[in-house]
This record gives sequence, C-alpha cells and structure tokens, in this order.
Amino acid sequence: MADDKFESVVTDEMRAMIGVKGPETIGELTTTSVRMFARSVGYVDPVFYDEAVAHERGYRSLPAPPGYLGTPIFNPAESDPTFGGRRGQGFRSPYPLVLNGGTDIEYTGVQICAGDTLASATALASLQERWSGALGVPMLIAVSETTYTNQHGQVVAISRGTGISYPKAGD
Amino acid sequence: MSDAVPDQIYFEDIEVGDNIPELEKNPTSQQLVYWAAGSGDFYQIHYDTQYAQDTGLDDIIVHGALKHAFLGELLWRFAGPEGQVKRVQCSYRGMDPAAQGRESAQEKKFTLRGTVTRKYTEGERNIVELNIEGVRADGSVSTPGTGVVILPSRG
Repeated sequence: MADDKFESVVTDEMRAMIGVKGPETIGELTTTSVRMFARSVGYVDPVFYDEAVAHERGYRSLPAPPGYLGTPIFNPAESDPTFGGRRGQGFRSPYPLVLNGGTDIEYTGVQICAGDTLASATALASLQERWSGALGVPMLIAVSETTYTNQHGQVVAISRGTGISYPKAGD
Repeated sequence: MSDAVPDQIYFEDIEVGDNIPELEKNPTSQQLVYWAAGSGDFYQIHYDTQYAQDTGLDDIIVHGALKHAFLGELLWRFAGPEGQVKRVQCSYRGMDPAAQGRESAQEKKFTLRGTVTRKYTEGERNIVELNIEGVRADGSVSTPGTGVVILPSRG
C-alpha cells in the first residue's frame, strides 16, 4: 500500500494481528474518577458530581460522561507509565511518534456508572500507509476496536480508535 | 455560560437541517492537565512545550480524545436529561493549541457545533443523527464527526 515516496514498514507479522483480540484490561469507574473526568471536560451538570441528583435522574450512581469508559487499574509492574494501560501489549508501530487520528464510540444503551468495572479487549482492525504532506514523513494508520463489558457480562460500548504513527523528520 | 442542566428537547421538535445549540470551550494548559488526570493519558506533548517541540510540533496540543469528549458534551446537552447519547465519532484532522501563560483563553476558543441530518423511529426509540464538528477560533474545522442520540417523545 506504500507509494513511491517511501518503503512499507508493514510486515506479515503485523498483518497476522488483525482481528486477534489482546488480553483483557480492567477499568474502574469510581465517584471520584467520574467527577475528575467530568471536571476535565468542563461539565457543569450536577448529575456528574452529586449522587443525590444522579439518583433523582434515574442513575444507580454518578453516570459516566460520553467518552469515559473507566480508568485502567494501575499496577507499576505491568502498566504503561504514560497511557496507563498494559505495557507492551497489542500492536506496536515501528515508528516512534504517535498521534491520535480519530475516535468512534458506540453505546449499547446499558447504563455506565460509578461502581462499575469494565473489562475491555482490543483487536487491531486495519493497517494503512500514507505519505503525510504536512509532516513530510510516511504515516502508518492503525485502527483498533475495543469491546467494553461490565461486571454483569453486558457489552456497554464498542470503541474504534485510529492511531497515526510516523518517524522523526530526517530519520 | 449555559444552564447547568439543559432544557429537554423532544423528538417532535426536531427537523432535519436544524442547528443544535453550540458549546464553546476555551482550552488552557490547566485543562489539559485536568484531562491527563481524568483520562489517564499523560503523554508529554500535551503539557510540556519543550517535549512537544522535540517531536516536531509547534507547541502543546489539545488531546484528540478531549475534543471527542467536548463533542460528547455537545450531544449530551442536546439530548437533555431524558435523552441518551448513542454514538460519538470524530476524526482529528488537525492539531489545536491550548492557551498558556497570560494568553487569553478566548484566543484559543474551540466551538462545538452540530446539525441534524436524519430522524427516524426504530421500535420504541426516536433516533436523531447529526453532523458535528469542532471549530477553531479562525473558523477552520479541525474535528469533523457524526453523532447519534435518542430523544424522548412528547407522546
């Protein structure tokens, strides 16, 4: 898929990872973590901060704002210090620099609230290579799909993330 | 400043082509640090100018997922207390700066907008589809996307 500006870095080993689910990660939602997420986005709706309001509005506890699917349980023995998820798992680009290309989260309609634990597993969905005119380097575009399942075994959300990786200019 | 709890809108009140109420954000370096704590993403390009520049960026940039969450808040406000956000999708087409130091956050204004593209009923559910976007202070769109919400009915 690479064009004449650069050589492909996609190997058969990488292609073989497409569709293969990685190990499970457990993410927790607590009242404190929901408040921190809501605060960081800038929500002013008390439903995210005050449990009495959340109960009045029909939630078991503080609801997760859109985009919040729990915080991976941190363990220095196995967690990535920058992103918090499992270290060294899943697809790794040969390029050192990574940008986020897009996010797509679809909810099944099952409530996601403080007190939930969500198990997630990610599979690489596709790999694509393109020349970036803006950065002047080749880019590797990897789409991954993650399914989130709550403590009752219900799928609550599916997210698709696009990772764009590229080399340092001049490398 | 918009009301803390948005007014409820009903399925019957929506038409294709309607623009939904805009949401304005003024991201600052402090907000990016809040987001790092809230999301668990501590990548240094979002709060360390020197680190960002060492990777070839002009300056620190707003996290893509925070822009996605801004669009989520836009849809949450539109759906109202009885509505539901079903899907939030966006592409990060360009980088967005955050205000630092004494810079006015207003100069880094990031506006979230949406337009209804389709409405239909599926079983009991009243579904509204939208085009949504994150727009920079200069009017250019860095974060185009789509959204789906479920609205209550007056009936």
